[in-house]
Amino acid sequence: MLATSTDDQEFFRQTTDRFLTEHVPRFVVRGLRDDPAGFERTYWRRGAELGWTSLLVDEEHGGGTISGSGLVDLSLVAYEFGHHAAPGPLLGTNVVAWALGEHGPGSGNQAEVLSGLLSGDAVAAWCAPLVRPEGWQATVDADRDGDEVVVRGEARFVESAGQADQFLVTCRDGEGPGTTQVLLPAETTGVSVVPMRSVDLSRRFGVVTFDDVRVGPEAVVGAVEEAAADVDRQLQILLVMLNAESVGAMQSGFDMTVEWSFDRYTFGRPLASYQALKHRFADMLSWLEASHAASATSCHAAQERHASADERLSAAKAFIGQYGAELLQDCVQIHGGIGVTFEHDLHLFLRRVLVNRSFAGSPADHRQRIATLWHGEVAVEEDEEGEAA
Amino acid sequence: MSALRAEETEGTDGLEDLESFRERARAFIRTNLRQVTPEELRWSYARGDDELELAVIKRDREIQRMLFDAGLAGICFPREYGGQGLTPEHQKIMNEELVGYEYPTRLQVPNFSPCAAIILEFGTHEQKLRHLPPILKGEQLWMQFLSEPSGGSDVAGALTTAIRDGDQWVLNGSKVWTTGAWWSDWGLCLARTNWDVPKHRGLTVFMLPIHQPNIEVHRIEMLNGSREFCQEFMTDVIVPDSDRIGEIDDGWTVGTRWMFHERMLYTSPYVTHAEGLTHTSSDAAAVYTLASERGRLDDASVRDLIGEARMLELTSLELSKHVSDHIRTGALSDQAAAIVRLFKATAVARIVTLGLEVAGESATAWTEDGLASSAALMYLMRQGGTIGGGTTEMARNVVAERVLNMPRERSLDKDVPFRDVPRSRPSGS
Repeated sequence: MLATSTDDQEFFRQTTDRFLTEHVPRFVVRGLRDDPAGFERTYWRRGAELGWTSLLVDEEHGGGTISGSGLVDLSLVAYEFGHHAAPGPLLGTNVVAWALGEHGPGSGNQAEVLSGLLSGDAVAAWCAPLVRPEGWQATVDADRDGDEVVVRGEARFVESAGQADQFLVTCRDGEGPGTTQVLLPAETTGVSVVPMRSVDLSRRFGVVTFDDVRVGPEAVVGAVEEAAADVDRQLQILLVMLNAESVGAMQSGFDMTVEWSFDRYTFGRPLASYQALKHRFADMLSWLEASHAASATSCHAAQERHASADERLSAAKAFIGQYGAELLQDCVQIHGGIGVTFEHDLHLFLRRVLVNRSFAGSPADHRQRIATLWHGEVAVEEDEEGEAA
Repeated sequence: MSALRAEETEGTDGLEDLESFRERARAFIRTNLRQVTPEELRWSYARGDDELELAVIKRDREIQRMLFDAGLAGICFPREYGGQGLTPEHQKIMNEELVGYEYPTRLQVPNFSPCAAIILEFGTHEQKLRHLPPILKGEQLWMQFLSEPSGGSDVAGALTTAIRDGDQWVLNGSKVWTTGAWWSDWGLCLARTNWDVPKHRGLTVFMLPIHQPNIEVHRIEMLNGSREFCQEFMTDVIVPDSDRIGEIDDGWTVGTRWMFHERMLYTSPYVTHAEGLTHTSSDAAAVYTLASERGRLDDASVRDLIGEARMLELTSLELSKHVSDHIRTGALSDQAAAIVRLFKATAVARIVTLGLEVAGESATAWTEDGLASSAALMYLMRQGGTIGGGTTEMARNVVAERVLNMPRERSLDKDVPFRDVPRSRPSGS
């Protein structure tokens, strides 16, 4: 049961649903297993025309929302991506489009890149920091050399790395505590990509290596050494999409299994008539609805930039990661032997939930992050009290 | 005066607009109510000290009267019965404004919902006039005479019998798990009026004063020392027919809605509560504080447990709101409230376990009562939450059968007269 949305949002969601049903039915998704890119550019361009990459960008820069709440609108697209286990560089492209829109777009060819992302002609990937309980950690260094920035290091788990035309690279400052983000074309000398393997059939990841890549100030997105707040926001956007996607995949797996339980007979009775299984379906439905609620509430908190957004997003990521994966495994169990074969479609959704569970912080990472955020809050309050006294 | 003020700020739909309601509620609360911490409010649920308990109830009744006089009681009850005739949105604003302040915690569930909600839904005009204003003033405190020692979660299997005698009924039987019957005034009672028809077709609902010679109230001691729950023994209790709610033998129509209101708990528009407060001390803040007291906050494994507690608490609150919103719009059936009941109970049970885990060896034995002893006692009572108000197994049946429409469990009490239905052996024999 999706969160209450406006008629426009519902129409938008249904449009994406119909488009995905038509263009990436399950047999097509299965066929992408051996496709190096995992998606077709024409498919992506048509999705972009529907608005998949425009929602986090202001109208003055060529973007636009459906409801005025772009992040909520985007969560509906992400939900449908999970619901269909759909291919395409949804995550990175939207994060990078947001960052470029947020800053103007600024210097160099950033306006041109943004326009390519909005039309679907170009694809971008975010070389994100790793999510740790105590905070995120960039794995790439940026050293300043006069006006120039020298980028060095390796980013792993970069979604759509091998397909991206542009990389937004989150770098820690070589000396100070600052964070700098640079936009690099994929063909830049010194940038190389090694594809990674994953259980998802269509989502691709890669390792991106930066071998002393020297760029001018026009490559910087936002201000040098002052990108930490942008990265916080980008991480929120990523978590919103991952949560919504996983809930969509949970819903598909659950619906398939409910249908199966009515159709499958054993000992002369449908599976749905066994109390032992009915009780498991009840538990699963409670996890599913709780995941819908957690995903929607945390998305709204992020949309409103509410102070609770980080805590809610981590709670949703931890909950959906843990219970979403358990729900899909229960669906497999109830299907029996057919559930662990490639022939059945159920695994498409297990794969997406499993990858999203691990990506950008595991449930354990996010549970500990909740405690860290809480501890920080208490510490701040105590400090303030101390100062007041 | 408050009624006048409400009329002055009417919106276009004739109702007081939300912002002026908020200002009015805020002004009243800040001027008249005491500030309390969530811990203090929870302590008002303290157990074992009867004098303290009675003092808390006295104060609750006082506050309720103040709210009534200020035009802030019964926000979603109609004006003709002493309420404000406003909307769930107004109630939500009230709940938000109450955060950090005292309010009548013990007058909410089951007094306003399900009891007053059922009187409002099924009572005659005269019954509503007679009972709703006193309830909203804090003068009548209601409890549910619902479960029976023989029945457990099968409340429709009530054995308490009401026999018609002219203009009145004579009730005999026993009810159990009545919260605070020893300090309450009235009971809403489900009784069997016909043994010759199937289970659900021979029930009727009555209203009766609790403190009368023919009702003996016995207090039950729970594993944690609480003596809040009661059992009542009714011997030839006389109830006038004018105190019957709903039609004769049609009590299950009332009962179905009764169950619904009961499951709504703190999401009911008839219930006032400080927004976000969970009404149990088994919450994540207690787990956090316990870890802090034990100097274990820097331990990653302990932080994992704290995070899990907070994750479950937040998700539980969000689910509750999500489901009640969807029930209100009709996107989910009333039966979906069982999803919340199931989830909350299992989440709380897990949080209680997390508390015990964080307490570590300090839950073995103690010299002073505190969070560690509380963790041990709560663990002792952990299953109370998954049993009380209908077991989670019952909730799972409801979710599977009523929400997912899976085949019903076979039952032997359907199309036979209730007197022929097999029953438990009476205890003690």
